[in-house]
Amino acid sequence: MPTQSEIGYDSKIEGDVVVTTVDAALNWFRANSVWPMPMGLACCAIELMAVGASRFDISRFGSEVMRFSPRQADCMIVAGTVTYKMAGAVKRVWDQMAEPKWCIAMGACASTGGMYRSYAVLQGVDQIIPVDVYVSGCPPRPEAVLDALMKIQSKIKTQPILKDLTALHLQKKVAA
Amino acid sequence: MTSLETAQKLKEKFGDLISEPTEFRGEISVKVADAEQIVAVCEFCKKQLGYDYLVDVSSLDNYGDDPRWTVVYELRNLQNANEIRLKTDVSEEKSELPSVIGVWRTVNWHEREIYDMMGIRFRGHPDLRRILMWEGYPYFPLRKDFPLAGKPSDIPGVAFSKTAPQEGGPFVTIPSTSSATSREPRVRVPEN
Repeated sequence: MPTQSEIGYDSKIEGDVVVTTVDAALNWFRANSVWPMPMGLACCAIELMAVGASRFDISRFGSEVMRFSPRQADCMIVAGTVTYKMAGAVKRVWDQMAEPKWCIAMGACASTGGMYRSYAVLQGVDQIIPVDVYVSGCPPRPEAVLDALMKIQSKIKTQPILKDLTALHLQKKVAA
Repeated sequence: MTSLETAQKLKEKFGDLISEPTEFRGEISVKVADAEQIVAVCEFCKKQLGYDYLVDVSSLDNYGDDPRWTVVYELRNLQNANEIRLKTDVSEEKSELPSVIGVWRTVNWHEREIYDMMGIRFRGHPDLRRILMWEGYPYFPLRKDFPLAGKPSDIPGVAFSKTAPQEGGPFVTIPSTSSATSREPRVRVPEN
């Protein structure tokens, strides 16, 4: 499994030809256009807006297209306190997102319930959906969210796509 | 007309139903002896005394005392900026009093919140549903005998809840005028 992007291109050596693997190319596409689903539930959402605005500028990482429709989003950023009442809606939006999908738990509340050890708050969004990256902070700095996005990107770049598909195809052939 | 004069006017009109006014930091409170009469008192305050703005309605749980509940109405006269507070007791067995929705329409959500958190019902309310917790949640979480960590519940397809880990808490501050170190939140387990 490659640990980083396998695309190395030097036009002086290789001319107009780029040589790579299909997996690396597909992952390169995916990693550089991660469309976030901004699940803004509390004050972290304000910080998430700062990540999208000019000073921190999430578009430097290809993720400026905030999608409010889960069908068009790749990465849910859970920004804020998930109450039990909201938990069902968060789960439902997550289920509506098409694969492949990733999730960032932004801030203390989304990661663990934070300071709300109470009857009303879900103690970490990972109780209902799988989380790829947890971001500490209350709220986290925008840089921390960008760092989480970069971690998601490097994770995407290590995920085999075609190899998995081929293996699946072979399995089916053997079974038949 | 000051708030104190309002209290006197109420006493003239309703007699023994209204207690002597108590003052705390310049704010005047009176107690209404019978919760069933709260609508008449509120209507008089609004129509005759000009208290056209209901600031808030809240409720207290005097756990261990009888009557258990106290419902508190904060009234304001927008013309002369007077404020008066009406308090009335409700017993736990009854847990019901008339809604003042006919006097101030704004009370709709206030009364729903009290019903949701404390379990006190308001007779005549047009839409007495829970407002913060979901429909079917079996507890009233602001009652004193409800644990801070919550209780597990599950309404399939609607919502669930679990007991929150307290990690040695609850962490409670102490109100006092001494140093910040002695006041700051620490583990203070209630005695009972």
